[in-house]
Amino acid sequence: MVAIKQISIFMENKPGSLARVAKTLSGGGVNIRALTVAEAGDFGVIRMVVDDTAKGYQVLRDGGFTVSETDVLAVELKDVPGGLYEIAKTLGENNINMDYAYAFVTAKAERAMLIVRVDDLKGAVEVLQKAGIVIATRREVQNI
Amino acid sequence: MFRYWNPHIERMPVDDLRKLQEDRLRSLVRFVYAHSSFYRDRFKEAGVEPDDIKTLSDVTKLPFTQKIDLRNTYPTGMFCLPGDWVVRYHVSSGTTGKPTVVGYTQGDIDMWTDSLARALTSIGLGRGDVIQVGYGYGLFTGGLGLHYGAEKIGATVLPIGAGNTERQIELMQDLGSTAIACTPSYFLYINEVAQNMGVSIRDDTKLKVGVFGAEPWSDETRKRIEETTGIKAYDIYGTSEMSGPLFTECHLQNGIHIWADLFLIEAVDPDTGEQVEDGDRGELVVTSLDKWAFPLIRFRLGDLTIIDNEPCECGRTHPRIMRILGRTDDMIVVRGINVFPSQVESVLMRIPEVGDNYQIIVDRKGPLDVMSVEVEVTEQVFSDKIADLMILSKRVSKELKNVLNITAEVNLVEPGSIPRSMGKAKRVIDKRQV
Repeated sequence: MVAIKQISIFMENKPGSLARVAKTLSGGGVNIRALTVAEAGDFGVIRMVVDDTAKGYQVLRDGGFTVSETDVLAVELKDVPGGLYEIAKTLGENNINMDYAYAFVTAKAERAMLIVRVDDLKGAVEVLQKAGIVIATRREVQNI
Repeated sequence: MFRYWNPHIERMPVDDLRKLQEDRLRSLVRFVYAHSSFYRDRFKEAGVEPDDIKTLSDVTKLPFTQKIDLRNTYPTGMFCLPGDWVVRYHVSSGTTGKPTVVGYTQGDIDMWTDSLARALTSIGLGRGDVIQVGYGYGLFTGGLGLHYGAEKIGATVLPIGAGNTERQIELMQDLGSTAIACTPSYFLYINEVAQNMGVSIRDDTKLKVGVFGAEPWSDETRKRIEETTGIKAYDIYGTSEMSGPLFTECHLQNGIHIWADLFLIEAVDPDTGEQVEDGDRGELVVTSLDKWAFPLIRFRLGDLTIIDNEPCECGRTHPRIMRILGRTDDMIVVRGINVFPSQVESVLMRIPEVGDNYQIIVDRKGPLDVMSVEVEVTEQVFSDKIADLMILSKRVSKELKNVLNITAEVNLVEPGSIPRSMGKAKRVIDKRQV
């Protein structure tokens, strides 16, 4: 399976919340690859992909955070106009819904990645690969 | 396995029991009249003399007493025996006003102990049990009360008191505690800490019984405690004015047995003071029948309950009171609707996704009262999807509306962010400036 693990953290929406998460990860020597914050009024969910998911999950849990792991896909985005369209179109045409997505550019700025959570992981992998779109593996994401 | 401590008294035919109460009531009235100027004055104001009290129903001729009387006569103005009879004091904290002092003769302590011996026996405890007393020792009545009751029945007491939670769990394992007595909220906290230590109360300890009280709690919390830890959770009741914790449910868990030879109870309308119809909810009023340093005459406890005079299936003939919904002074009034924290609790504990801790916050926005309820998001249910979390908070809000008919905002908060309590939990924060 090419799915990668994303870490999600429940946070109350108040000053210093993200700082506590970042401090905990830095203390554990965990590096953040991509991060997004979704807020819903009084609370929010921080989602991130890190270099060492198991360790990131552990240090956050030990730090008293409410954490969960979710399977997501890291899809390679061509860094040209229409890059996102290609992915979204492929999924849409196959009736696969994106729950959310966020993008990041890799360190060497050679390529961009779209982290996406879909309602049908297996189906998404299949149709994306069929359309010639590259999905990064866990190892690849770790080694960025 | 379930025995009686004193079968003669506990199973006494109802008529004999009433006869005993009547005799004791007559003696009590003469006693307080002879020994206390406080009661003489009260009786005169009410136009009643000891000889007017002939039958049990004459009790309504007697004047009420209440907590404020205790404060006004601080420290010992309501005592009916001189100080050299008193072998012990207990003092309530008095967060709202002066503390209140209660005193005991040796006989009063023995009565208290005997009442608890009957109660603890009725839930199957006795010789061979190790009872961990996690109520505070000292001026608070909980610790020492349970302590003597447990020793009386031949159980082993572990007098650890409240707090020091990790030690509670270590000793529970090392000494094989079979029962614990503490507040229900503290037990939930102990369970939480045990989980963090990798200890399962169900699998790694011998605990089988919890004796929980000193704060109102709901049947839903009982269910949750029993399901998560595998113990039987029993309700215990009693106030410092009555001695301390005195009564529990029997093993059938169907109402708290109030020993009628020791206390005469009535349920009255909190507004009019009239006795309510049998089976109706009312404020509990108590008259002590075998307590002498500090007797009680129609003392209004402020606790709301229903009295059930039907003998219990366990064979005990004494009246039972149904689970205390709350004290009249715990009640919060939000937009004219009466809400007891225990009602909110019973709604929350029915929803498995909601954590064990909660807090109610009442505030005033403009002219309107607003109530919000904070609940912790447990790791087991934390969903990465915002929508799921919003559905959960809406569901809690809807359930509260259904049951309490009140609109409450539900705030999901991080686990551990609601303060834990070693004793009585503080469930309500009222920010209204009244």
